[in-house]
Amino acid sequence: MAGLATVFGSGAMSNSVAEIERTDALFVIGSNTTENHPIIALRMKQAVRNGAKLIVADPRTIPLVKFAHLHLRHRPGTDITLLNTIMHVIVREGLEDREFIEARTTDFETFQKNLENFTPEYGEKITGVPARDIIEAARIYATAGRAGIYYTMGITQHSMGTDNVISLANLALLTGNIGREATGVNPLRGQNNVQGCCDMGCSPNVFPGYQSLTDPEVRERFEEVWGTRLPDKIGLTASEMIEAMLAGSLKGLYVMGENPAMSDPNTTHTLEAFRKLDFLVVQDIFLTETAELADVVLPAASFAEKDGTFTNSERRVQMVRKALSTPGRAKDDLWILGNLTARMGFNHVFESIRALGYKVPEDNDAKQTIMTPEQAFLEAGLLWPGIRGMTYQRLKNGGIQWPCPSQGHPGTPYLFRDSFPVGRPAFRSITPTESDELVDSDYPYVLTTGRILFQYHTGSMTRRSKALETVAPCPFIEINHRDAALLEILDEDPVTVTSRRGTISLIARVGDRVGPGVVFIPFHYREAAANLLTNNALDPICKIAEAKVCAVRIDKVGPTA
Amino acid sequence: MISLTIDGREVSVFEGTSVLEAARILEIDIPTLCHDPRLKPFGGCRLCIVEIRGMARPVTACTTPAIGGMVVTTTSERLYRLRRTIIELLLSDHPNDCMVCARAGDCTLQEQAYFYKLRLNRFTGEMRDHDRVDANPFIKREMNKCILCGLCVRVCDEVQGVNAIDFAFRGFNARVTPPFEKDLDCEFCGQCVAVCPTGALTGKVWAGEARQKDVKMTDTVCSYCGCGCNITLHTVRDRVVRITSRPDTHNRGWLCAKGRFGYEFINHPDRLKTPLIRRKKGGNLEPAAWEDAFDLIAGQFTRIKEESGPDALGGLASARCTNEENYVFQKFFRAVIGTNNIDHCARY
Repeated sequence: MAGLATVFGSGAMSNSVAEIERTDALFVIGSNTTENHPIIALRMKQAVRNGAKLIVADPRTIPLVKFAHLHLRHRPGTDITLLNTIMHVIVREGLEDREFIEARTTDFETFQKNLENFTPEYGEKITGVPARDIIEAARIYATAGRAGIYYTMGITQHSMGTDNVISLANLALLTGNIGREATGVNPLRGQNNVQGCCDMGCSPNVFPGYQSLTDPEVRERFEEVWGTRLPDKIGLTASEMIEAMLAGSLKGLYVMGENPAMSDPNTTHTLEAFRKLDFLVVQDIFLTETAELADVVLPAASFAEKDGTFTNSERRVQMVRKALSTPGRAKDDLWILGNLTARMGFNHVFESIRALGYKVPEDNDAKQTIMTPEQAFLEAGLLWPGIRGMTYQRLKNGGIQWPCPSQGHPGTPYLFRDSFPVGRPAFRSITPTESDELVDSDYPYVLTTGRILFQYHTGSMTRRSKALETVAPCPFIEINHRDAALLEILDEDPVTVTSRRGTISLIARVGDRVGPGVVFIPFHYREAAANLLTNNALDPICKIAEAKVCAVRIDKVGPTA
Repeated sequence: MISLTIDGREVSVFEGTSVLEAARILEIDIPTLCHDPRLKPFGGCRLCIVEIRGMARPVTACTTPAIGGMVVTTTSERLYRLRRTIIELLLSDHPNDCMVCARAGDCTLQEQAYFYKLRLNRFTGEMRDHDRVDANPFIKREMNKCILCGLCVRVCDEVQGVNAIDFAFRGFNARVTPPFEKDLDCEFCGQCVAVCPTGALTGKVWAGEARQKDVKMTDTVCSYCGCGCNITLHTVRDRVVRITSRPDTHNRGWLCAKGRFGYEFINHPDRLKTPLIRRKKGGNLEPAAWEDAFDLIAGQFTRIKEESGPDALGGLASARCTNEENYVFQKFFRAVIGTNNIDHCARY
């Protein structure tokens, strides 16, 4: 998100899912859309049926490739070179949108110079994609009336993730494919409410609505509404917290509904950090790998047991409704947080909003600190104009896409029509860097990780759904048949996979879904957790870890054939 | 825009609109079995036949484009007789087992039989007895209930793009099968289950669960990926028995295998039902009262804050929780604890 926010001033899907059907060209990179965003993928397939051209850039032959006009199977970690060479061709052939560049962007001249050496032939050498495919991709994308870019963690989960995203933004700016319907730069969000979690200020540097906490005016406004002094020091990111835990400076951690002990790259390192904590609280619906390490585990409500809102990938805020009561003595998160707030001696939750003239219910005297979902939503709207125009009453009739600053506002299907929050976005020259860990003779294969259709994330939900578990019961590694032949591995053979950080055992799936030299493991399975192998090297700007590239060795288990 | 008259009422529509769509604008009910507005017109079931002035025979409304000046009749003695016969023919080769069918009360064929008061059948004779191959854990196929409307075949092609199934064989032997009756190359999205107008395709996950009576419906949002599909939870006494999705939302009623069939975790016996406390390091997690858990947390957080300052504490919020919960969580850390050490795992 840091990348998009840097270029445009806003980090979210610029356009809507429904618009995908109306694009003329789609560039899908680092996204296995049919398996990870199946319903968004339906729109992509429809676009192709409507005549759009689809370019898929992915080291794996993902199912979407079946619908693609062009598959760029680049080596993991070479996205920047691939994109720079595509842009080189666009400029060389004069396909850039001069009018857009002059009217709405800056710094094009230096950027253009930086592209000079990125010839398609150089691209072929670095990325493994044939030069003619690079040229064709450039032509398809740049000559389409409306072209959209769609990406996910395959772009961001790298040590150069931010630069990857900036390169995609450059590509859109170069061709004027932003700020119009059915175009844009669109990160597809991987979890039901990642967008909302970011929007609500669950980041160490911003308040809700991406408002800088170092801006004194912003902070004053929050202090007024929350009725207390607020810290102005930027906090630690999740990955920095792990380091601080190891260093002993972070002593207490409260984890609400996440499973970092399983989902974070380099699990051994993460577990060591968690064990060093003085005090760990985990709030979840299952005893996850992280909860097993906790000093206190709090039983929470599932999505079916509470009211509230989720914000989907296209910035659409939608009502979540309670259908069941919580099991046993489990409670919803707002009840838990409200009680803890009181225990910590903070009893004036409602006073300051009342003082500002907003009505809040008088009848919850017993627990003056527990907010109802609607109260919390209204308070967030007071502080962030992006959702100020939304009320539960309005949302009952269907979701609304932010920004929606006033009651009469219909919401915003696509961003940047008239202007960018940063004014004129600048082209940024990006020089490719190598992944943090490269293959060598000891670890000769590049491992990339991801999800599969029938499982989800760390599996705490899907592995407890019998039908899903039946069709996808066990961990596996995808190996190209050429590599498999060299290693004398047959389909379904048990193998061990080792990186500098750990070893796991699983079954080989031999085929051509991955190219030679590349292997893939889904990270859902605790019995062969891919993140025991992955690298926790960080992107220097947004501090995301490089889960998508690391070097591994593969050994056949048992006698060789 | 063009104007036509349907049952004596005038309606203006865009060129290319079908007679069926025009009639539905006027809220005139024309029965259909093979039609879905999200798919291309098919004209298979013949139930939507209407009379158009100047045409000798009835035509299917779904495949007939509206033309300016058209005069359409949707209900007549003759149409009633023809439609009733169509249903009667379908029922002549349909197991009469609504009382044990998962779709009873939610079945278009049953509804039509009820509407046309079909009790006895003039066309009794041989009935199909298809083999059932049910090797998958998601979709139950009872092909002797299939009326060959083609909705499943078309949704798999036109929407999902998988083409896992198609028609095979002719006449009495015609059926819907995977290619060459071999392996099913299926993503188990269940789109076919959602559009099936009879009990031919149902979910195995909800087989034997409550059908209509006492089922509560709650519209909410799927909790898996960021697509944010609208779903309807069917619940009976605090148990989810089925998930469906309404066609009039942004995901148009389409779901994936996880969204449609992956709900058992909600009522799973592994759900945490009580607070747990580890009373000493290295000990076990033991059940505890909420009060004790709160006392312990508040005590430890206060101690750490006093000894090492608020920045010795941190919070990880959740991409799985609601906006409201995340808002209150970060407020708790900033306003109550006094630190900006707040983040979530799904960083982009």
